[in-house]
Amino acid sequence: MSVSFLASLLGLSNDEDQLQVAFDEVLKRRVPSRQPTNLRMSAPIRYYYDLMSQPSRALFIIFRLSNMPFEDCVVALRNGEHLTEDFKKEINRFQRVPCIHDNGYKLAESVAILRYLSAKGKIPEHLYPKYFVDQSRVDEFLEWQHMSLRLTCAMYFRTVWLEPLLTGRTPSEAKIETFRMQMERNLDVVEEVWLEGKDFLTGSSLTVADIFAACEIEQTRMADYDVRIKYPKIRAWLKRVRQSCNPYYDVAHEFVYKISGTGPQAKL
Amino acid sequence: MSQPLKFYFDFLNQSSRALYILLEASKIPFEAIPISMLKGEHLTGEFRDNVNRFRKLPAITDHGYQLSENVAIFRHLAREKLVPEHWYPRRHLGRSRIDEYLAWQQTNMGVATTEYFQQKWLVPYLQKTRPADNAVNLASKQLEHTLNEFEQLFLNSRKFMMGDNISYADLSAICEIDQPKSIGYNAFQNRNKLARWYETVREELGPHYKEVLGEFEAKLKGSGSGQQQGVAQAVKQ
Repeated sequence: MSVSFLASLLGLSNDEDQLQVAFDEVLKRRVPSRQPTNLRMSAPIRYYYDLMSQPSRALFIIFRLSNMPFEDCVVALRNGEHLTEDFKKEINRFQRVPCIHDNGYKLAESVAILRYLSAKGKIPEHLYPKYFVDQSRVDEFLEWQHMSLRLTCAMYFRTVWLEPLLTGRTPSEAKIETFRMQMERNLDVVEEVWLEGKDFLTGSSLTVADIFAACEIEQTRMADYDVRIKYPKIRAWLKRVRQSCNPYYDVAHEFVYKISGTGPQAKL
Repeated sequence: MSQPLKFYFDFLNQSSRALYILLEASKIPFEAIPISMLKGEHLTGEFRDNVNRFRKLPAITDHGYQLSENVAIFRHLAREKLVPEHWYPRRHLGRSRIDEYLAWQQTNMGVATTEYFQQKWLVPYLQKTRPADNAVNLASKQLEHTLNEFEQLFLNSRKFMMGDNISYADLSAICEIDQPKSIGYNAFQNRNKLARWYETVREELGPHYKEVLGEFEAKLKGSGSGQQQGVAQAVKQ
């Protein structure tokens, strides 16, 4: 994840105290993870994440909705905790979040983690179908978003919010416009193709595709981009996704809300 | 004879080659339908309505069901067809390890190989210009970095990426590396492990791979004439 890498590589300076306070507040109010009641169960999965990271938020919400117990292992990307040799050796050789440890088995990449846990029966089938064309359609979205929605939303966020924070330099209007146009080409596809004739991205009910997509799009909120102005279907869909995922959706995005200064109620 | 599984592809595209080889090697009956991205054949309304609403290649229709995206198609085939187990093995956590690699490839090696191919070959071809040195150098540096990472993170002392048997990870990876290699990039300089792995995979894949690679390289040489309505961004899925 280039955004977090850049942030930690250069080291936050201006707003670090503010971020620390905001982040600590979020952590204090975190919904406690459920403890396993069956003593014969293996140790809960260790989940390494930072709620500043879009896929980390998505998996956080999915795990909560699935009632899957896990051990919280928060990694502060802004402090470069993922860039140490210890992290690389002990936690994740890719030096990124999210990743999991399942009784010693280490796995990275949010989509791979999702599929692994689904194969183990940890993710209910209404969220990630196991069979036939239902899974194909969710898979198609998960693969499409990598190089389209995720890439362009992250680039816009980085250009407008992260780089000025790190360098103190304001990007040119032309540069902002370029990245906004690239992002909106993909938002157009979400609005006109994925959401055509249905309430959710892959059908009439929520799946992990919606959760991943919403977490990507919410990232742009921090860059003062309001997707709801131009995209009425996305606006209505985001409301449905939030309603379906709460209270976990708001917990996962509390940091995003705080930084952007706009709660989910604003202008809805 | 018409088959219910139709595969739409262009061998200029890495994923098209990987899936085509998988289908042939697995002996899955399918109808091969070549589409020319350089001629913009995937951008027509007919293609959008009858083949794929995203106008992407590769794409399949299976009894009329439309699907795009390399990994989604691969998983569909693994689930619905008789794909030999070694391509996507359940044992020893092979599936999750392959999923991890394919996700990494998409945002790392796939980006680097595509960028290099576009700057070195595709853009000059479409615009009838010489490659822009700055852009090629930048893409080359990115490619150097990602190949080093690939070698360090995914290649080990085993024969293939996932162990002693070839899997879709190996097939997908070799098709990515062929993208810059076929236009003159030396991927193996100071990368002995990569070179050994490459030869091992190539030998294992045998005639299906050689045939497809031959067609890809013939396309590169033979594209000196013909219309150029294709869009550069559409080459990579």
